[in-house]
Amino acid sequence: MRATTILRLGVKELWSLARDPAMLVLIAFGFTATIYSAATAIPETLNKAPIAVVDYDQSPLSERITGAFYPPQFLPPERITQAEMDARMDAGRDTFALVIPPDFQRDVLAGRSPAVQLNVDATRMSQAFNGSGYVRTIVNQEVQAFVQRYRADARPPVELDVRVLSNPNLTKSWFQAVMKLVDMITMLAIVITGAALIRERERGTIEHLLVMPVTPFEIMTSKVWSMGLVVLVASGFSLFAVVRGLLSVPLQGSIPLFLCGVAVHLFAVTSISIFMGTFARSMAQFGLLMMLVLMPLQVLSGSVTPRESMPEWVQTVMLAAPNTHFVMLSQGILSRAAGLSVVWPQFLALGLIGAAFFGLALARFRKAIATMA
Amino acid sequence: MTIPPPNNASGAPDRAAVARLTDVGLRYGKTCALDAVTLDLPADRMVGLIGPDGVGKSSLLALVSGVRRVQVGRVEALGGDMANAAHRRRVCPRIAYMPQGLGKNLYPTLSVFENVDFFGRLFGHGRAERDCRIADLLASTGLAPFADRPAGKLSGGMKQKLGLCCSLIHDPDLLVLDEPTTGVDPLSRRQFWELIDRIRDDRPGMSVVVATAYMDEAARFDWLVAMDAGRVLAAGTPRELLTRTGTPSLEAAFISLLPLEKRSVHRDVVIPARTATGEVAIEAVDLTKRFGDFVAVEGVNFRIERGEIFGFLGSNGCGKTTTMKMLTGLLPTSDGHARLFGHEVDANDIETRRQVGYMSQGFSLYTELTVRQNLVLHARLFQVPKGEIPGRVDELIDRFGLRGVIDTLPDSLPLGQRQRLSLAVALVHRPQLLILDEPTSGVDPVARDGFWEQLADLSRRDKVTIFVSTHFVNEAARCDRISLMHAGRVLVSDRPTALVEKRGTATLEEAFIGYLEEAAAVDRGPEAGGQKQGARRRESEESSRGSRGVTLPAPDSRFSLRRLLSYSRREALELRRDPIRLALACLGSVVLMFVMGYGISMDVENLNFAVLDRDQTTASRDYVLNLAGSRYFTERPPVTDYEDLDRRMRAGDVSMVLEIPPGFGRDVERGRPVQIGIWVDGAMPARGETVRSYVQGVHAQWQADVARRRLGQRETAVPATIETRFRYNPDIKSVVSMVPAVIALMLLQIPAMLTALSVVREKDLGSITNFYVTPVTRLEFLLGKQLPYVLLGMFNFLLLTAFAVTVFGVPLKGSFLALAAGALVYVACATAMGLLISTFTRSQVAAIFGTAILTMLPAMQFSGVIDPVSSLEGGGALIGGVYPTTHFLTISRGTFSKALGFADLSASYPPLLIAYAVLLGLSVALLKKQEA
Repeated sequence: MRATTILRLGVKELWSLARDPAMLVLIAFGFTATIYSAATAIPETLNKAPIAVVDYDQSPLSERITGAFYPPQFLPPERITQAEMDARMDAGRDTFALVIPPDFQRDVLAGRSPAVQLNVDATRMSQAFNGSGYVRTIVNQEVQAFVQRYRADARPPVELDVRVLSNPNLTKSWFQAVMKLVDMITMLAIVITGAALIRERERGTIEHLLVMPVTPFEIMTSKVWSMGLVVLVASGFSLFAVVRGLLSVPLQGSIPLFLCGVAVHLFAVTSISIFMGTFARSMAQFGLLMMLVLMPLQVLSGSVTPRESMPEWVQTVMLAAPNTHFVMLSQGILSRAAGLSVVWPQFLALGLIGAAFFGLALARFRKAIATMA
Repeated sequence: MTIPPPNNASGAPDRAAVARLTDVGLRYGKTCALDAVTLDLPADRMVGLIGPDGVGKSSLLALVSGVRRVQVGRVEALGGDMANAAHRRRVCPRIAYMPQGLGKNLYPTLSVFENVDFFGRLFGHGRAERDCRIADLLASTGLAPFADRPAGKLSGGMKQKLGLCCSLIHDPDLLVLDEPTTGVDPLSRRQFWELIDRIRDDRPGMSVVVATAYMDEAARFDWLVAMDAGRVLAAGTPRELLTRTGTPSLEAAFISLLPLEKRSVHRDVVIPARTATGEVAIEAVDLTKRFGDFVAVEGVNFRIERGEIFGFLGSNGCGKTTTMKMLTGLLPTSDGHARLFGHEVDANDIETRRQVGYMSQGFSLYTELTVRQNLVLHARLFQVPKGEIPGRVDELIDRFGLRGVIDTLPDSLPLGQRQRLSLAVALVHRPQLLILDEPTSGVDPVARDGFWEQLADLSRRDKVTIFVSTHFVNEAARCDRISLMHAGRVLVSDRPTALVEKRGTATLEEAFIGYLEEAAAVDRGPEAGGQKQGARRRESEESSRGSRGVTLPAPDSRFSLRRLLSYSRREALELRRDPIRLALACLGSVVLMFVMGYGISMDVENLNFAVLDRDQTTASRDYVLNLAGSRYFTERPPVTDYEDLDRRMRAGDVSMVLEIPPGFGRDVERGRPVQIGIWVDGAMPARGETVRSYVQGVHAQWQADVARRRLGQRETAVPATIETRFRYNPDIKSVVSMVPAVIALMLLQIPAMLTALSVVREKDLGSITNFYVTPVTRLEFLLGKQLPYVLLGMFNFLLLTAFAVTVFGVPLKGSFLALAAGALVYVACATAMGLLISTFTRSQVAAIFGTAILTMLPAMQFSGVIDPVSSLEGGGALIGGVYPTTHFLTISRGTFSKALGFADLSASYPPLLIAYAVLLGLSVALLKKQEA
């Protein structure tokens, strides 16, 4: 009889969700538009970087260099004086300021190897870092082309043969699309499961269930399976239609295996959501709690920056979060075509985390519902 | 005096109208709350609006007191048009309004004194006057001993008395009370009306307009208006109504005034006599429940026989619900026993639960499921055999008259039908015991009587034991036996008739009052006996006479700092007592800064790499050491072959593998071309890119070294060199760039969200009414709400700055004052943004998510956190140009990293100030001083 109770209650959850337009819109929006925009919003290359030039030389060569910066990578260069430069950089108006010294062209032609100074506002991390490489390459090319006789041809004796696996061109949108999907799975699972619990609690229906021949275990399991199923179906759809279809991201590994991973992750996340739901009295409190929980889960999971660059102890603590393992698992399966033999530790970790939170939530459930309602 | 006929104002005496409605209509969406009401309410009297819930009483009162906007028709109160804002401003200090719902206009976490004090401040009383008035009011309502208790922990009756204190602090000329005694025990009700009488004796010129669903109370009013379905049925003195209808009681009079179709279903409830069975269905022995220090239920005993209707009478918060929850196993008992059919109640005992049907307060139905789905779901959960379900559901649908609505959602049903459905749901599994927690509250008298007929039928015909709680005395009279509960204890338990006999009173109500008075005397001990109370009251009357003589200062119609600060003070007090909001306010920003500071980093360090060394010579090892020695790379155990390489790359164990070909050392020595293979994991493109460029950099260095060492030759001369100076952040560390940006993000999002919540919470909880009915202006209200959050924001600013300098090691190179000044204006902008968001969100959830999206997206994407605003295009660039974060970010990075001061950053302050003015102006313009 137990299984049928769990089934019935789960079906009831599905009905409830089907009649809640706000949640349906949120799910649809989260799994389509959000992923699409996240994958396409970040420019692959430098875009409209502001640059200024202090040209002491005023020669054909300096003109040539200045003219080599143009949209879309750069804004048309501002010609400024040395005095203006500091103020402009302080005010954050330019990211780059190039200073071409007097007699630059003469010195180049004389082979004296003069130095161009490139000032970079290093508080603007990504633009500063990527952009300074661009600027250097452009200046070098222009000088080389101007000098012509230095068309370097000599091959260096030891060469590097760099082969990038799984994403040969290092296309950022592939990564973004998959990671956004991972984030959405976590966020929506927490939101809809929490909402399903707190809605019942605010209306008092959960008390009714508790006086029926229904156990907290059955109530929780029904929410886990039904809400998990919704997110699983939505993420499967998103994976095929949006990630692979619309964004044409090549997915390497076994998709059934990935969806199994999603299912285990959903077990863990929905359990956490119910656990959080036993603390919050209202949807508003749940929302605030989520602000404090969701962000660390997502940002520190390794989906934004690699885990290696975080402090050691942060890495250790984050091993208790399901997202960390889910990110590893998704990257393993979808990007590197890893099989179960490789990602089984992540499956195990997710299962254990899920079981632990499910157990904690179960232990708190009856008491929390009865005393807070 | 002539009786003014309903819907006709002409007959009403002219001079004596305190409020006059002409053809007033009101709609909420599709529902029509008031339909062409024309009515004069006489002045200097106690006017009662009678009728069940949802007939338009509250709407009418809200219109008269100016809380709700007039849609159709004309509403006059205290001699002016209530649609006119200037008139509303003028008369609002003369009107007091107490909304429906226990303690709706109170702040539950604030103490009794703090609540009254807040209203006193709003009306501009000085400290001495306030203290004097509060002492007077608390003494006369008997609340003085509880001055420090939070309003949320008062009993229903006390809450209402406190609400009355809050309404009366400014000596109003028109007191509007919306169902002030619903859910209050009989004694408190009587005390409440006595209190009103005394106040009217003191101030004979005060008009009182009351709505009530209790017909027995209506008899004490001077003038009555009977309402139904948004219309006035009749108006006149109680005696007039009785004579007109020729009925003995107002309840009967009301029913006979109803339109024919509503009346026809009604007949008097007769409950047949019961034959005792002797079989015990429920037994409670010394049942006790404690929540911490608070004893909710203390030593409750009763035995209920099978088939008995057992009533539980008491006010809200007296322990009825807690007792019922213990009987159902929802709450564990702290002490004592509860037995159902001889079995100890046990939360894990599934079998007993099958015999129990439970109906909680407020009809907990699944509103997303149709009537039929609700019934079927419950039948299945109770494991009714599958074949029997359709038959059982049909039977219930017929029995409870739900045939016409089987496929509708419960929310669209009238309350009476929802109540019947709720009972049907509780009965679906043929329970032997029904536990009903206030099943009739909010339902009109006709539906209530119908419901009791059903109960009688169940008890007498099906021998179902019914345990029902109520706060209606006339319902209690219908039970076989009743228990009177007060403050967690059962005062008495017997047959209704026996109770009346025992006390020697005329009615059951008086008998109860007698018991409650006894209990109250025991509670307070000798100190608070009736005489003493009277004495104290006289005393306080005398002491207050002086203060009452003082005429109130005319409320300042423009800006009042006092009113503003009274809102700030209250907000701060409330925030201090809400752990979740307080945690978010104080720690949220630090936690999130920490997360983002470490999490969003563009530095890539300690990358794992491994080597597939097919050469194994000094040269190859030297090459590897070159890499392993840099801080960017960490060497892992070597790779043995391609298969191993593949496996470890897949597992994400290494992000780069270096393959050194056989004969590497020899070939380098001889200057023959050699290729080193590099495998980079592209799963994270940013990391892959960094790995590639690091390797290339290290390789170039190595090559130059080799060339210099072996051949002693200089590098090939280049025509020009480029010296790159990474200014402000020479080590190009992410934290230096991220931390000032995170401060900007945190000071925006959290203060904005808390401010938005603070306003929307009031809408959610109903205390926003106080803003509608008190003289506080929109600007005062908003600034008052904002001020505590600005201070909190500045506290967070200091915390974040300290954190940035100490934990993250980002030095503050520039002027701290410049930064702090920027932060102050910025936090003001952020909180003003919260205010603006609060004007168009209705629920707290919407406020949270709305604020998160509206602040995070523009701040992250368009304000220069990642890419400078000048690099943006189109709408993004436009938003970025005016968004406060853009300008504060310039100040934050300028002072932190660029060592700048006021003078250098002067261009960034004006846009922030303008943004603040615009945001605040918009909020004031969009905030409504009345309900729509």
